Amino acid sequence: MIADLFARELRVINCGLEGFAQELEQLAVPVIHVEWSPPAGGDPRKAALLAALEDEDA
Amino acid sequence: MTRAGLVRKSAYQDSVVLLALARDLRTSAGVREVAALMGTPANHDLLRQSGLLTVEAESAGPNDLVIVVEADSESHARAALARADELLEARQRRRRSTGRVLPRTMESALRQLPGANLALISVPGAWAAAEARKALRLGLHVMLFSDNVSVEDEVALKGLARDKGLLLMGPDCGTAYLGGAPLGFANVVPRGRVGLVAASGTGLQQVACLLAAGGEGISQAVGVGGRDMSRAVGGTMTLDALDALGADAATELVVVIGKPPAPEIERQVEDKLRALGKPAVVALLGGEVGVAPGEGKVRRVSTLEDAAAAALSALRRETWTARPFSGDGAAIRRRIAEARGTLTPGQRTVHGLYAGGTLAYEATLLLESLLGPVSGNLRPHGVGIHRVIDFGADEFTLGRAHPMIDPTSRIEAIAALAKDPRVAVLLLDIVLGHGAAADPAGDLAPALRAAREAARQDGRTLHVVASVIGTEGDPQGLAAQVAKLEDAGVWVLSSNAQAARAAAGIAGADP
Repeated sequence: MIADLFARELRVINCGLEGFAQELEQLAVPVIHVEWSPPAGGDPRKAALLAALEDEDA
Repeated sequence: MTRAGLVRKSAYQDSVVLLALARDLRTSAGVREVAALMGTPANHDLLRQSGLLTVEAESAGPNDLVIVVEADSESHARAALARADELLEARQRRRRSTGRVLPRTMESALRQLPGANLALISVPGAWAAAEARKALRLGLHVMLFSDNVSVEDEVALKGLARDKGLLLMGPDCGTAYLGGAPLGFANVVPRGRVGLVAASGTGLQQVACLLAAGGEGISQAVGVGGRDMSRAVGGTMTLDALDALGADAATELVVVIGKPPAPEIERQVEDKLRALGKPAVVALLGGEVGVAPGEGKVRRVSTLEDAAAAALSALRRETWTARPFSGDGAAIRRRIAEARGTLTPGQRTVHGLYAGGTLAYEATLLLESLLGPVSGNLRPHGVGIHRVIDFGADEFTLGRAHPMIDPTSRIEAIAALAKDPRVAVLLLDIVLGHGAAADPAGDLAPALRAAREAARQDGRTLHVVASVIGTEGDPQGLAAQVAKLEDAGVWVLSSNAQAARAAAGIAGADP
């Protein structure tokens, strides 16, 4: 599977610093930027509860 | 003096955007200090410590943007805040003008970009593991640029990645090249025959740039994070990446870069390298050198420069021996002797001021071997008169961008060291490439020039020795950056190892 990553066209989901997406775009690498913000309003306790619920679904 | 602030609710901005905003506002008339940050508890503390915590700022939450301006008059403070509003509005307008609605989650991003195969994650550390887990569950390989991820999370993420046959690069993976595309902080280098697996971003950058200078390129370069070869993590991603490089037709030679791992992991890595049937160079800084025992072509070297030089020689089927200086070694030694001759009897110490963590570590090792004990944040119990500081370490980057982007912490240190009559040499790295500052040499040159002038007025010659990690193809341009440094009186050598040796030589060692 890692060998596939080396062999195929790179297609990137960028989550975090927007500048990385802009640079990839300039290099014609297909990229989409996620407009991320801290989950649960930035409350780590609530975010952990949400993540635990997601884990149960997964 | 007036202080004024604004809070924008639910307006999360990344650290690089915030840095650019603060920098712009600092140039507004009458402005003395600017804070532009998210209202996290840690940032509340920072504001409180610097006396900038306003009533509005105190009520801001982690997703609220806080801007506080200290200016010499109320009108200047208000003008700066109006400017902030204008810049944020302009940013929104630019986004809207693309006509695209950006996804807010990894899942919707994957729907918008079907066939996506890599998630590049650089959110703050506290949230990074959760995002990486989501990406792996969606079947995406991950480059985890974020730092401050716990070793427990790293082990769990890498276990999940391995179960799914995916690559998890990082955490704290600054640089990678996949299929020729540079990711994160990366220099513009050609595609070529060398496959790299690196535990460090700037180590990878130094080797890639020196290979490029020698006319060779990169097939794939995988960053695995500084802890991958530890006993706890077990070398999972190093070993998986080596398997993939073994199967990669474009890769003719493999280079592994890191610190000495646990002995059983080192054995596994060397066994794996031998099994690849491709020549290999292993640079484990501070580890063994020479040809690794056993069948196969695995050469161990001790510096990043030697990794590149040994790889180039192997590809050209030439024999290779390590040398302290490339090019005209005699001329370099003459220059060292001349510089040493200008020192006052009290000038004895070398101070390394680094943006790259591995470059700082390499310099520490070389200075220790040539000059004796070295102190600094990589040697918390070190007692040496010489000192190397990694300004990219967590304690310097809290609430501030990395020194490869934000020169402030190094500029402050340069100014302070200029007054110290014991300092003989300042030793620096300047890292170019995508992601780095637009003009890193230009950012530091005025401070270096001023430091040399301050020392001169005090009757001393302060020497500044540096290396520039970059290529001509980088957005900043290698030659132009070197010229700016030389114009400020800096001696620029062609690698970090050579710069460290030259600095040690000026301070009295025999390199």
